[in-house]
Amino acid sequence: MNRPPSVGERMKKGLTRQQYLDLYHYMRLNRAVEDTMVKLFRQNKIVGGLYSSLGQEAISVGSAYALEKKDWLAPMIRNIGALLVKGVPPRDIFMQHMAKYDSPTKGKDGTSHFGDLDNLHIVSPISMLGDLIPVMAGVAIAGRYLGQKIVAMTWIGDGGSSTGVFHEGLNFAATQKAPFVLILENNLWAYSTPVRRQVPLENLADRAKAYGIHSYIVDGNDVVAMYKTAKEAVDRARAGEGPILIEAKTFRRLGHAQHDPAEYVPKEMRAYWEARDPILLYEKFLMSEKLLDAKSKKEMEGKIDALLQKEREFAENSPMPPAEFAAEGVYCTGDDCHKIQPKWERDKREVMPPKSSVSAVWTVEGFGAGKGSSGGIAPIHFGDTAGAQEKAENEDKLAPKSPVKTVGKKSAKVASARGAGALRRRSKASGDK
Amino acid sequence: MASGKPNSNAAGGNGSGGPVTFLEAIKQAMFEEMERDPAVVVIGEDVGVYGGAFKTSEGLLERFGWERVIDTPISESAIIGAACGMSYLGLRPICEMQFIDFIACCFNQLTNFVAKGHYLWNAPAPIVVRGPSGGGVHGGPFHSANPEMYFVHTPGLKVIYPSTPYDAKGLLKAAVRDNNPVLFFEHKFLYRRIKEELPAEDYTLPIGKAAVRREGRHLTILSYAAMMHTSLEAAEALAKEGIEAEVIDLRTLLPLDEETILQSVKKTNKVLVVHEDTKTGGIAGEIAALLCEKAFGDLDGPLMRVTSLDTPVPYAPTLEDYFLPNAQKVFAAAKELARY
Repeated sequence: MNRPPSVGERMKKGLTRQQYLDLYHYMRLNRAVEDTMVKLFRQNKIVGGLYSSLGQEAISVGSAYALEKKDWLAPMIRNIGALLVKGVPPRDIFMQHMAKYDSPTKGKDGTSHFGDLDNLHIVSPISMLGDLIPVMAGVAIAGRYLGQKIVAMTWIGDGGSSTGVFHEGLNFAATQKAPFVLILENNLWAYSTPVRRQVPLENLADRAKAYGIHSYIVDGNDVVAMYKTAKEAVDRARAGEGPILIEAKTFRRLGHAQHDPAEYVPKEMRAYWEARDPILLYEKFLMSEKLLDAKSKKEMEGKIDALLQKEREFAENSPMPPAEFAAEGVYCTGDDCHKIQPKWERDKREVMPPKSSVSAVWTVEGFGAGKGSSGGIAPIHFGDTAGAQEKAENEDKLAPKSPVKTVGKKSAKVASARGAGALRRRSKASGDK
Repeated sequence: MASGKPNSNAAGGNGSGGPVTFLEAIKQAMFEEMERDPAVVVIGEDVGVYGGAFKTSEGLLERFGWERVIDTPISESAIIGAACGMSYLGLRPICEMQFIDFIACCFNQLTNFVAKGHYLWNAPAPIVVRGPSGGGVHGGPFHSANPEMYFVHTPGLKVIYPSTPYDAKGLLKAAVRDNNPVLFFEHKFLYRRIKEELPAEDYTLPIGKAAVRREGRHLTILSYAAMMHTSLEAAEALAKEGIEAEVIDLRTLLPLDEETILQSVKKTNKVLVVHEDTKTGGIAGEIAALLCEKAFGDLDGPLMRVTSLDTPVPYAPTLEDYFLPNAQKVFAAAKELARY
């Protein structure tokens, strides 16, 4: 049996120098942003919880880097790196956590719970896991409908893959062949519960079989592999191959959030993964390939430090939202609030009659014609059985005798109102079912 | 009639064939909105080939095609989630719950994702969720529910529950054009039992406006959906005894038309709320609180309510008849109230 290629060997080939350095930059930025937030947290400047993606940066960065500007993504709490790649300034992330008025949600929500429909094409997550999957499937099919040729991407954890909506969403996306890429970030822990207690599968990518979709398994600590895999998946999804599931194997280095020391994690497990830090692995590769040296590394670190210093100052100087702002913004008040207009990139006439008209892919006699196969009215549901319908029709014929009730400006014939008499009549009709 | 529409029953159409049923009004509203705006799509279980369990989307697939009439797996959370995602790109999906009872399956998606988006991150979700609700047709405990109040308790949603074909069509069209998520309840008892002539031209009705169905001076009956008709029937009987009841059709439960309610109370000083929803946590309780806050001095008697029992909807006709309000119960409560 051949020796599998080492991480360094796998990383070679295929990327431009700039792409290699971009991936490095975003991973470093991701980690530096989170390091800064740990400091802010310890200074009590972060209002709520703080979640870490320490050791998982390669997944967020490598996958989001595979998207084009027009594509859509929806992050989970450990995908700060994806937001940075998509173009979110670090100050927004700081201010979100600090509940500041200049934050994207103006203090109404925290963490990575924010989005941008108009420019960056980011959908905000909610805390309930899996809900983003059907939403992003919807984004994907809407993009296809409008002719935009976009791909939608989101992430889910090993824990979140146990939710019902994971199944509903991915199955629906599969039936629609939606241009949708789902990154299943298997970090081995769902809060304190190890993956073995959640899923009786060796590889969570096997879930794809249940939906008849393509899947990949990738080393989530190898940023180049992550990028290449995601790029291939994004290309295939865009080409119309349907949804693609990527399982990225990794490890959650810190607890569920800052409050959790994660003492339930075995020491050896932690040590194993700490030795496989994605940034250190990648740095080693870049140095050996002469894409990075001590000087350029220091230069990049300096730039990131300076940037974050500025961003942090801005965030700290932003005010808390004014208290009364809590009462605002529950509803969209109309065009002055949001002008909702789809961006058509195909001829609208294609989806309007008569061009949109189709004959059914299959036909069942009587269906869609209002007629049953017997030639009578197609039987439908409770209260509308054939008998009840005939009855209603007979009553219609008797309309002049029925009481005519005045309803608003229009006259309405109430064929059978809800008096005791009506109930008796219906009791009889129910025997027709 | 707009040009280019086939003149078959299956494809809707309006204003040309005399009075139409509630069902037909719903169908016409969807048909016309889809004709008007290619951003409008329909998504749900069996809405395409089959035309919907109650045939409300019959003919839509043939007319508008597979991209705009989307049959889904039995996955209510996926329906709402996908519609929400589609709305982020500017589409206006109309989601069908085959029976509104199944809206419980996507409760999280609606209340946590859809409803909170505009408040939290400035993301409007212009979707409509509609479906057949209500009892009186022996559908049993899972095909008869009135779950409107779960959603009236959810800021960010709008909740409509009309009682006539005219209102159903005008309000459904308004719901499609609204920039907020709108829940649209259709009482299935009314689907084929009530007919009305509809205007030939395009019209919408304002969301959040009640309608005075019958003027009266002795007491006010506030109701909606099927119970509006029950209340009118009771009002006729009350009139024979010299009690003139004002009957108000709430039409929209969220936002509630406080102005119309308060005006009527000023006139009659007595309020009876009639709803098919169960008693505890029903809209009557909310209206009682509203009147205590804003019209305490106008009340000459206690707010009374006629509602369903605080039980699941039972199946047997004898049980369901006992469970539901009816004209006799409304009549009796109104007579008692009139004595104050």
